[in-house]
Amino acid sequence: MHLKEKPVLEVKHLSVRYGEGCEACRSSLEKNRCPVCGTVWAANDISLEVYHGEVLGIVGESGSGKSTLMRCLYLDIEPTGGSAFFKDYKSGRTSIWDVSAAEKRRVRNHLMGMVYQNPILGLRMDFTSSANIAEKLIAAGERDAGAMTGRATELLEAVEIPSSRMKEPPRVFSGGMQQRVQISRALANHPSLLLLDEVTTGLDLSVQAKVLDLIRKIRAKYGVSILLVSHDLAVIRMLADRTVVMLDGKIVESGLTDQILEDPQHAYTQQLVHSLI
Amino acid sequence: MEILKIEGLSKDFFLHEAQREIRSCQDIRFSLDRGQFIGIAGRSGAGKSTILKCINRTYLTSRGRILYESEAFGRIDLASAPEREILYLRKYEIGYVSQFLNVMPRTTAREHVMGALLEMGGSEAEAARDAREMLCYFRLPEELWDLYPSTFSGGERLRLNLARAMVKRPRLLLLDEPTASLDDGSKSLVREMLRSLKSKDTSMIGIFHDLTFMEGVCDRVFNMSEGAFV
Repeated sequence: MHLKEKPVLEVKHLSVRYGEGCEACRSSLEKNRCPVCGTVWAANDISLEVYHGEVLGIVGESGSGKSTLMRCLYLDIEPTGGSAFFKDYKSGRTSIWDVSAAEKRRVRNHLMGMVYQNPILGLRMDFTSSANIAEKLIAAGERDAGAMTGRATELLEAVEIPSSRMKEPPRVFSGGMQQRVQISRALANHPSLLLLDEVTTGLDLSVQAKVLDLIRKIRAKYGVSILLVSHDLAVIRMLADRTVVMLDGKIVESGLTDQILEDPQHAYTQQLVHSLI
Repeated sequence: MEILKIEGLSKDFFLHEAQREIRSCQDIRFSLDRGQFIGIAGRSGAGKSTILKCINRTYLTSRGRILYESEAFGRIDLASAPEREILYLRKYEIGYVSQFLNVMPRTTAREHVMGALLEMGGSEAEAARDAREMLCYFRLPEELWDLYPSTFSGGERLRLNLARAMVKRPRLLLLDEPTASLDDGSKSLVREMLRSLKSKDTSMIGIFHDLTFMEGVCDRVFNMSEGAFV
């Protein structure tokens, strides 16, 4: 047997630079800033693959390029170079970064779900929780009110929001509940890939455990692939099958999560793991 | 029939901050037959766990080959196989048991064991049935099944770890000091269980501090000192 299945997502040579770039950029880059022309390389030649049903962890300090990668994938920012292929989009032959704005909106609404660290970015705080999900469904072309209500109820139940509170706006919910509504909204259109950006950061430990437990259940139930950005190695250890380590806009190391944590090879990863409390 | 053949396995660690290389096991060679149990003994720091962790790919092998006869892939070098194949083997063919508990928060003992089967793609009902059978087999008291294992004693944790690893019926089981910190009663229970697994054709490599424990269970025992078999 050979594991020949194509990855759900394949990112090739992603670069995001702020500045014009120069000849020296390639050779004398100091961290992620070129000392000659001052160009900042927020992402520098990033390539990775995510397979069906797998959780790929991304760790790295602030400014390492984790969020830049996520924002490029969610089409919030335009990369300078590189391509990203989804297995479920045009048979994986067209990069999502090479299509029209209207097509990008479609890709975003059909293929991906995003959960931000800050729920304000991912939710309409004054809409009801059900309406937050319905909005995502409408964006994807759903028009049947009954179907939308049904789907919203099903998803909010899956993230353990009591039915008595589904008509309330997220504004009145606790941080943990808001995060759960965000997760259910992200799942609304059966995405092939869920992008989770520091979703447990800032939550109480017990609430954090609840959210982690929920992510694990969702993965088992829906078989969705997950890209998980976290600076918390405990979260990565618990959820990620494989992990990539980013520093100064580049991937410096990747491997099985337990290998990264127990036998880190790169100086930065060693420093990171040794700082673990 | 040979299930595992280790050829010249060596592992060095390089610590960047200290700019130092630490040599762990060096030029290890042995082979394991189907249904065989090999024990590795030696003092702490001798490099025993390193061998198991290299087989499990928790550590990257510096030199040498770890040839495993896989049901799915045929002969495969665990030291260099693609990560996705290693993940597959961990899920379906190779089990790893240590004395430490590694559970998700808010997961009960029963869910922990069931989870191993659910990730293999089994149905909820099958997973529940097999988990129950395994928890009984390893004599974990029934009143503990629906509790969170963080409060369990060392012996209870170990039995839970064994139940989770064994419920998948792995072909190769790696035991990393599973009896450390157990009392004599629990140790004999584990010994009986390992004997019974062996009779079911499970191939095993185990690390034990306690040489007397291994008598009568292991087919061969290697002694390790300073990274090499002596």
